[in-house]
Amino acid sequence: MGFVDSLKTGLKKTREALFMDVETLFSGKAVTEETIEAFEEILFTSDIGVKSTTEIIEGLKEEYKAGKIKKTDDIKVFLKSTMTAILGMPQPFVLYRERPFVVFCLGVNGVGKTTTIGKLAMKAVSEGHSVILAAADTFRAAAIEQLDVWATRAGASIVKHQHGSDPAAVAYDAVEAAKARGIDLVIVDTAGRLHTKTHLMEELKKIKRVIGKSVPGAPHETLLVLDATTGQNALSQAKLFNEAVGVTGIALTKMDGTSKGGIVLAIKKELNIPIRLIGVGEKIGDYQDFIPGEFASALFD
Amino acid sequence: MFASLNEKLEAVFKRLKGKGFLTSGDIDIAMKEIRLALLEADVNFKVVKGFVERVKVKSLGAQVLESLTPGQQVVKIVNDELCLLLGAENEKIRLSPNPPTVVMMAGLQGSGKTTTTAKIALHFKTQGRRPMMVAADLQRPAAIDQLITLGKQIGVPVFFSKEEKNPVKVCRDAITVAKKEARDIVFVDTAGRLHIDDELMGQLKDIKDAVLPTETLFVADSMTGQDAVNIAHTFNERIGVDGIVLTKMDGDARGGAAISIREVTGKPIKFIGTGEKIDMIEPFYPERIASRILGMGDVLSFIEKAQQTFDEKDAEKFKDKLLTDSFTLDDLRDQLSKIRSMGPIQNLLNMIPGFNRMKGVEVDEKQFVRIEAMINSMTKKEKRNPDILNGSRKIRISKGSGTTVADVNRLLKQYKDMKKMMKMFKGKKGFKMPDFMPF
Ligand SMILES: Nc1nc2c(ncn2[C@@H]2O[C@H](COP(=O)(O)OP(=O)(O)O)[C@@H](O)[C@H]2O)c(=O)[nH]1
Ligand SMILES: Nc1nc2c(ncn2[C@@H]2O[C@H](COP(=O)(O)OP(=O)(O)O)[C@@H](O)[C@H]2O)c(=O)[nH]1
Ligand SMILES: [Mg+2]
Ligand SMILES: [Mg+2]
Repeated sequence: MGFVDSLKTGLKKTREALFMDVETLFSGKAVTEETIEAFEEILFTSDIGVKSTTEIIEGLKEEYKAGKIKKTDDIKVFLKSTMTAILGMPQPFVLYRERPFVVFCLGVNGVGKTTTIGKLAMKAVSEGHSVILAAADTFRAAAIEQLDVWATRAGASIVKHQHGSDPAAVAYDAVEAAKARGIDLVIVDTAGRLHTKTHLMEELKKIKRVIGKSVPGAPHETLLVLDATTGQNALSQAKLFNEAVGVTGIALTKMDGTSKGGIVLAIKKELNIPIRLIGVGEKIGDYQDFIPGEFASALFD
Repeated sequence: MFASLNEKLEAVFKRLKGKGFLTSGDIDIAMKEIRLALLEADVNFKVVKGFVERVKVKSLGAQVLESLTPGQQVVKIVNDELCLLLGAENEKIRLSPNPPTVVMMAGLQGSGKTTTTAKIALHFKTQGRRPMMVAADLQRPAAIDQLITLGKQIGVPVFFSKEEKNPVKVCRDAITVAKKEARDIVFVDTAGRLHIDDELMGQLKDIKDAVLPTETLFVADSMTGQDAVNIAHTFNERIGVDGIVLTKMDGDARGGAAISIREVTGKPIKFIGTGEKIDMIEPFYPERIASRILGMGDVLSFIEKAQQTFDEKDAEKFKDKLLTDSFTLDDLRDQLSKIRSMGPIQNLLNMIPGFNRMKGVEVDEKQFVRIEAMINSMTKKEKRNPDILNGSRKIRISKGSGTTVADVNRLLKQYKDMKKMMKMFKGKKGFKMPDFMPF
């Protein structure tokens, strides 16, 4: 299934419900203030947020007053292009030349970090790269065992210590092992943590420092995993994780549900962090590159 | 990032000072602010619409109480309405007259089902019951190990099978064993699933039919956005939900999903999860979530935390001060230094009314040090009566504390806000005055 298809399946139900109203109410009719309000509702219910929605709708209203918006389709075209412009060019996850290439995965609790790591490892292995996973979530019960299962599924190696041990030491060992064995990719799994907990954010900084000590310039990708079900709090997450360790990309998981993950638009707008990929299921292959134009289309077609 | 609704409405109504009632024009402006505040807090769009209409009707013609400004009056109406919607406080898990009581957990992936299962099991164990947990998540890698580990931690047995592929069978066997072992309460931890996943929702219904739970708890992440209505509605419709648990309330999410979920299910919120550790679960109090959604801070949670730090004598002293309205800046400084000994300041600050707006700006120890320095630079007279602080006094204080006049002004405003907020809570109907408040 392609990116658009899988997105569309996921978004189908809500979109149908929403557009049913819009379509039946307004198709063929001239655009009125009410039509614009209906679209405002779509933006709000996509979790795009008050600030971004208000700004986008203001833009739409200006176009409308200038007489450039006549049909419902004009609104869709306008919104799609506005949103695509905000999201920018596709910037999928890729391994650049550095070896080992180090990916540092973080996020709040239960968003899908470990699963996403399994998926990325599988993709890298299938492209012919060697992969080590670092089990630096030493906190959550059976987190190490969980990553172990994913390593086996993906055909990657794993570096793990005991439950409760120092996560920075695990990350360090993994990166050192990769250097010694000429491994292409290291992905560091970390324990979920709420961005408001200062001591846990300090711990992340330490892990990052330690990785950089072993491989100058690493981590090469600091991937923040966000759950598409999350509302406005995702913006706060992105801000604080970014402040702490500098986020270079976002993985948006659980896009196979009915949530639309619109908050990434606000995140891109405010913090300019690119969205690299989306998770569309619990299986190892349930992963797609994030393509801005198609993400926007899937919301409005 | 979030200015509180109270603050916004105060601004809207500033020019209406002295009015004895609110006109419909005033109300419309206020309703717009309320709508945006609720949307910002993740309350669902449609739910917000209905809510705002109800609040509007109640606000129209409402007499502005003498003790409150029009802004506070409307906030009070909103707050009361939110509390009404959020339902009763401290609803317990119902126990079956024919043990074992069976509690089934349901929810999306990663919402906190397994952690919550162990938390509630421990809660019952400490009450002298004989709980058992059932590992019915055969989907997520190492989910069984996760529950086994938690079981060991809390000393509660876990029923599991690493060979069986059918969770319905596991659950059926578990109930047989529970009866044989005379367990009086059984917790069934199920796999996370999407509400639109027909097959897995069917499976959950099968599990329910097999174990016939006394309670089915829907476990929801408090950070959930607009889709909370669809998710909760579908779970309730297809499986039947008896109670709700809101997890991850220890963060800075406003928790508007609580409103959405209550509105579409009408089921009581029974617990809130406030941390990853196994004892971090609390009963639900609507007041707390309401003030959090309004951005007024989680006053009650804060008080509870504070109670563990401040002793009885402090409490009595403070109560007196509050009743006689003689809470001074000196008291504020003393309270702050005690708070600093209470743990991560950021977590605490989020809960303090009037302080939460500082979040994301400079919520660090330095801020506290600065406040202390400013108060220390004031004379006794100034501390007791900050109204006498004129321009030159403020300059002296800022110089003496290495801060700016703007810092001093901010502190004074916060101090005033706090006093105002205290008065408001004091006068609120149905609001039980705690034995003491730290501010
Ligand atoms: N439906 C769906 N579930 C997912 C997705 N990604 C992860 N999950 C599930 O979300 C839950 C938490 O995932 P996990 O990787 O353990 O999260 P972590 O705590 O952030 O490491 C698990 O039940 C996963 O199977 C996704 O893209 N779609
Ligand atoms: N901060 C915080 N984390 C929680 C809370 N409840 C659960 N978690 C974390 O959320 C993640 C997912 O929890 P889990 O119980 O595995 O979710 P499940 O997939 O629904 O069974 C884990 O990292 C838990 O430690 C809570 O109340 N606060
Ligand atoms: Mg994990
Ligand atoms: Mg679980």
